[in-house]
Amino acid sequence: MDNNDIGMWGILIAVIGGAIRVSTPFLFVSLGECLTEKSGRINLGLEGILVMGAMSGYGIAYLTGSPWLGVLVAGLSGCVLGSLHGFICGLPRVNDIATGIGLMLFGTGLAFFLGKPFVQPKAPSLPAIPFGFWSSSPQIKAALQVNVLFLLGIALAFAMHWAFRNTRWGLIVRTVGDSADAALAMGFSVRTVRTLATAAGGFLAGIGGSFLSLYYPGSWNESLSSGQGLMAVALVIFARWRPLYCFGASLLFGGAGALGPALQSVGITSGYYLFNAAPYVLTLGIMIATSSTKHSLAGAPGELGVIRA
Amino acid sequence: MTNHSNPRRAAIKALSAAGAMAALGRPLAALAQSKLTVGVIYVGPKDDYGYNQAHAEAAAMLKKMPGVTVVEEEKVPETVDVQNTMLSMIKQDHATLLFPTSFGYFDPHILKVAATNPNVRFAHCGGMWTEGKHPKNVGSFFGYIDECQYLNGVVAGHASKSKKIGFIAAKPIPQVLRNINAFTLGAQSVDPSITTRVIFTGEWSMPVKEAEATNSLLDQGVDVVTCHVDGPKVVVETAEKRGAFTCGYHASQAKLAPKGYLTGAEWNWITPYTNLVTAAQTGKPHINFLRGGLKEGFVKMSAYGPGATPKARAMADDVKGKMVKGEFIIFKGGLKDNKGAVVIPAGKTLTQTDLELEKMNYLVAGVVGSIPG
Repeated sequence: MDNNDIGMWGILIAVIGGAIRVSTPFLFVSLGECLTEKSGRINLGLEGILVMGAMSGYGIAYLTGSPWLGVLVAGLSGCVLGSLHGFICGLPRVNDIATGIGLMLFGTGLAFFLGKPFVQPKAPSLPAIPFGFWSSSPQIKAALQVNVLFLLGIALAFAMHWAFRNTRWGLIVRTVGDSADAALAMGFSVRTVRTLATAAGGFLAGIGGSFLSLYYPGSWNESLSSGQGLMAVALVIFARWRPLYCFGASLLFGGAGALGPALQSVGITSGYYLFNAAPYVLTLGIMIATSSTKHSLAGAPGELGVIRA
Repeated sequence: MTNHSNPRRAAIKALSAAGAMAALGRPLAALAQSKLTVGVIYVGPKDDYGYNQAHAEAAAMLKKMPGVTVVEEEKVPETVDVQNTMLSMIKQDHATLLFPTSFGYFDPHILKVAATNPNVRFAHCGGMWTEGKHPKNVGSFFGYIDECQYLNGVVAGHASKSKKIGFIAAKPIPQVLRNINAFTLGAQSVDPSITTRVIFTGEWSMPVKEAEATNSLLDQGVDVVTCHVDGPKVVVETAEKRGAFTCGYHASQAKLAPKGYLTGAEWNWITPYTNLVTAAQTGKPHINFLRGGLKEGFVKMSAYGPGATPKARAMADDVKGKMVKGEFIIFKGGLKDNKGAVVIPAGKTLTQTDLELEKMNYLVAGVVGSIPG
C-alpha cells in the first residue's frame, strides 16, 4: 500500500476536514440566530442575509482587493437587513415569522440582482493558517488548513457563553427574551433590545455569508448557499439556545455534509442521495428525538413566538 | 433585451423588401436574408466560466454576422418561465430562430411553443429531437465533446503520479457517463493501470458540494481532476489551491489555475450556430439533427498549460490529428464495464455518430464508483 492510499482513514480525515471547512457559515449564522432568539425574536430571514453577505463581501473584496474589508462590509450589510427586520417586527401586530420569510426572499433577490457583475471575476480569498505543518501527509495538511474566521467563531461562541451568564448586557437580553413584562418592570425597552439583538444577529449572519464566497468554496454564484441559513435556525433549537452547543452542532452538520462525497471518493456510491441528504435527515431526526408533548424545550426563551403555548 | 433596432421598423423594412423582391420575381426564400432576429436563452448567468458562457460566446459572435440581430435572456428556469420568454421573443422581438440552450427546456416547453408557432425555428442544445416523433421546426444540436475528454485523459494520464484521477459529475445521464468513460480511456491509453474516481453531486450547480467532492478526491490521493458540472470554477479553484492538476470543461478555466491547468474540453458552438442561422437566412429547411466533434469544429481544446509535458502534448496532438481526420475510435469492441460485463462485443466499433453512444448507461473498467439508482 503506497503512501497516498489511505482508504478508510481518508474518509475520517475528509469528514473532519469537511467539518472544519463547512461548519463556519453554520457557526456564525447560528450564533447570530442564538443571540436574536435569546432576546425573544425569530429571524427566519438569515438565509437572505447570508446570501446578501456572500455577495457584498465578494463584491467589495474584488473591487478593493481586500478580503477583510469584504468581511466587514458583509457584516454591515447583514446588520442593515437585520435592523430592517428588527424595526419592522417592532411595529405593533407584526408577525416575525412572516417578516422573516419576506426578508429571506428580499435578501436573496437583492443579492442576485446586485451580484450579476461579480459571477465571473475572481476576488482575493481569506488567508488560512496551516495547522497541519507537523504532518508529512498532504491529506492532514489540507484538512487542517484552518481559516481565521473559524477561530474567531469559536472565540465568539465562548465569549457569548460567558457574556450571557456574567454580564449585565447578557442578563438584559435574557430577561427580555424570557419575560417582556419583567424587563419592562425593570425599565428596559424591550423593543430597543430586540432590535439591537436582531441587528447584531444579522451582522454575524452576513459574516457567515462572506466565508462562503471568500474562503470556501470561495466564489460568488447564485447557487452558493444550499440552505445553510435556514438549517442554522434549526440548529439553534437543536443546540438549546446555548452558544457552545451551537459550535458543536455546526461541526456535526459540517461533517455530515462531507460524508457523502467522502464515501463516493472510495467508490461507495450506493445510497448517495441519502448520504447527500445527511445534514437534512439529521435535522429532522434530532427534531423528532428531542420533541415532547409534555413540556416545552428546555432552555427555550419564554417569549419566543413558536414556543409560546 | 437591448442591442436591437426597433422591431416594428425592422418588420416594415422586411415587408417592403419582400414586396420589392416579389415584384422582381425572385424566389421568396432569398428575401429572408435581409433580416433575422435570433433569440438565445440561458439557464444560468452568461459569465459562469462554464456551460452558459460557452453559449454566450457563440451568441456574441452571431451578433457580428450581417443581417443578424440577437436578443438574449439569462437565468431562465426550466419551467413555464422559458415558455413565456420564448413567446415574448417571438411576439415582441419578432425572433424567428430560437436557441433555448438548456437540456430541460425541450420537453414540454419547446414542444408546446413550437406547436403554436410553426414558422419559428427552435434549435435545442442536447440530443432530444427524434425523427417522426417531434415537429420539423424543432431540432437538436450537440457536440461530441467526449473526444476532448479523451484528450484531457491523455494529458491527465501523463501528469498523474499517483495513477489516480478524479471526475466530479453532476448527474448520471448518458452525456456525462460518456465523458467519464472517454476521460478514463484516454488516461488508460497512457497507462492501463490508471483508475478514475467519480463523485456525483446530484445537481448541475452545487458549489459547496463540488468543493467538498474535490477535496475528498484529493484526500484519496487523486492528483488530476476534471468535471462535468455547469460551472467548473469552484472545482478548478479548489484543486489549484491544493496544488493539484485540472482539466477544464465547457469553456477555458486557464485563468483560474495558472499552475495546475493542463488543458480543457471546450465547446465551439459558433459552428452549429452559424449552420443553423445560415439555413434560416437562406430559407433552407431547418436542420433537425446536427452533431459534430473536433473534425466539424463543434468542440475544441484549451491551450496546454505549464503542467502538460512535451510528451503528453505530442501524444495528445497525434490523437487529435487522427480524430480530425475521422480515423480515431474511442469506444471499441471488447470494452468492459467496471462490473466485468462486456458492453461492446468484440469486433464491433462504435463511431462517434452511433446513436447507441447517446444511450450510454455504464462506467468502463477502471472507474471506481457506480451509477446511482
